[in-house]
Amino acid sequence: MSDTGHDTPHVPGPSLWPIAFAIGVACLLLGLVISWIVAAVGAAIAVVAGFLWARDVTHDVRGEVPSIEPETRTVGDSASTGAIAAVPVDRPLPAYTRSRFLEASTLGVGAAIGAIVTLPVVGFMVLPAFTDVEEDEADLGPIENFPESEYVIASYLSNPSAGEVTRRTAFVRNNGQTDAGEPSFTILYSRCVHLGCPVQPNGPIDEEARQELENGVELRPVLAQSFGCPCHGGLYDAEGNRQAGPPVRSMDRYTFSIRNGRLVLGELYAVGNVSGTGASAQISRYPWSVPGTHVDGVEAWLYPIVPSQVTG
Amino acid sequence: MAAKSKRQQMVDLAVLAPLDWIDERTAFVRGTKWFLFRNVPRDISWGQTLGSAALTAFIVQTLTGAILALYYKPSAAIDPVTGKPVAYSSIEAITDELTLGWLVRGMHRWGASVFIILLFLHMGRVFLFGAYKYPRELNWITGVLILALGMLMGFTGYLLPWDQTAYWATVVGINLNGTAPFAGPWLAQFLATGPEIGTNTLPLYYGLHMLLLPGALIALIFVHIYLVTRLGVASPPWSTEAAGRERPAAVPPAGTRAGLVRGSGGD
Repeated sequence: MSDTGHDTPHVPGPSLWPIAFAIGVACLLLGLVISWIVAAVGAAIAVVAGFLWARDVTHDVRGEVPSIEPETRTVGDSASTGAIAAVPVDRPLPAYTRSRFLEASTLGVGAAIGAIVTLPVVGFMVLPAFTDVEEDEADLGPIENFPESEYVIASYLSNPSAGEVTRRTAFVRNNGQTDAGEPSFTILYSRCVHLGCPVQPNGPIDEEARQELENGVELRPVLAQSFGCPCHGGLYDAEGNRQAGPPVRSMDRYTFSIRNGRLVLGELYAVGNVSGTGASAQISRYPWSVPGTHVDGVEAWLYPIVPSQVTG
Repeated sequence: MAAKSKRQQMVDLAVLAPLDWIDERTAFVRGTKWFLFRNVPRDISWGQTLGSAALTAFIVQTLTGAILALYYKPSAAIDPVTGKPVAYSSIEAITDELTLGWLVRGMHRWGASVFIILLFLHMGRVFLFGAYKYPRELNWITGVLILALGMLMGFTGYLLPWDQTAYWATVVGINLNGTAPFAGPWLAQFLATGPEIGTNTLPLYYGLHMLLLPGALIALIFVHIYLVTRLGVASPPWSTEAAGRERPAAVPPAGTRAGLVRGSGGD
């Protein structure tokens, strides 16, 4: 069954280079959009692969016929057995046929297209929750509004342009000055560190002395020596330490700064425990984490990396 | 048999001929017969209707939900007319102003609880009857996934009225997820669209509740019901007879030993 001449259809020799050529062209087109470097690389790949392809295709014209095993199949149809009787039966079947290659490459290309379409969509769905989530600093107004050793319920909008949904509440106590002469404030975040319900100060609120400042800031003095959560009975002392109930750590606190005589809230941080009170309190500070998660002790190992440590 | 009456011929022409035409091209009639005209064990009871009841509740949720979506607005911005959030105002309008809106919303709200309760009752029946055993393991597994998605529907739907109950219940739900080891804080931040619930949270929950979760749920329900149809209804544990139609004793197909399979492989 040798090639008898020009009356049989001429089939070019097998070659993988068209794939590389296609990649090069794709790269070139992509580069036209992205950058000329990519385009240049793509053009180079296309030229080299095109040359190699042409070399492969013209192989037999140039006399060197590649020694490729002809593809054979077993035929179940008994009528055609006579036709293939000439094929030696002991010749091993090719391990990887063209149809299997086409099947695998169709699946592979389909999977690649699926991934190219799906991954950006999933990223679009998930990533905005983790990027650009830092909240602005909040100006709570002049520090004269915060009498010494008394708690004030301060609520403010962490992002005034987003509206009431960003209203936060902090319990602010002016501790006077530390031994080093620095101003000291205890600023507790109102969210319970059990599951995030709004903690309430246990004591009468002086509604008469309520003040509304610019940017949605609202101040209400309160006589509170403890804080309680209405949802599941969490109880905290005046320093935010857990006294009773299900919370797993002390109440979250804010960093603060004083600018032009005004109290400015900084970032939130988690507190393992507070010893001492007021200006002389020793606070074990940790990066902020979701309510209900431990920040110290063995249980903190369950939360090795939390988003706030990565994205700030 | 006598020749067909004139009337019968006309019925054939008007009804059966079009059905034949469709069936020849789509196998629709055969498929419907395969789905509906099944042999069931003689000693089944009302307990086996709980799955259909749950399906009915789900269909009610789908229809009422689609109608509610025509009037609900998932926005946390303040409505300049009412001075309240847009989402809450639209819920108020559905309940108080739109004709029969209170009924549709009430059906959707209470139907949600009915759906979950029926899922649990159905699950309990299947468990107590041992109907999850071979060859119905995948019925159980898809059923558990349906239950999980049903709970997620409840969680995401609860936020949509955007009132204090909705807000704080969702805060607690998000933070419950946040306490899961390792992935918890990441899951919580995804669910809250940031460290705290913000303006994007409501659209996220609306999209999940309206599109993604129902799509997954409907697909799973189709798989679940296909498996029920294929494998047949299980006999009760006290049954003395095999489930479904009797087969010739000579060649029992696999799975009929304990009367587990209806016996027909889709014919």
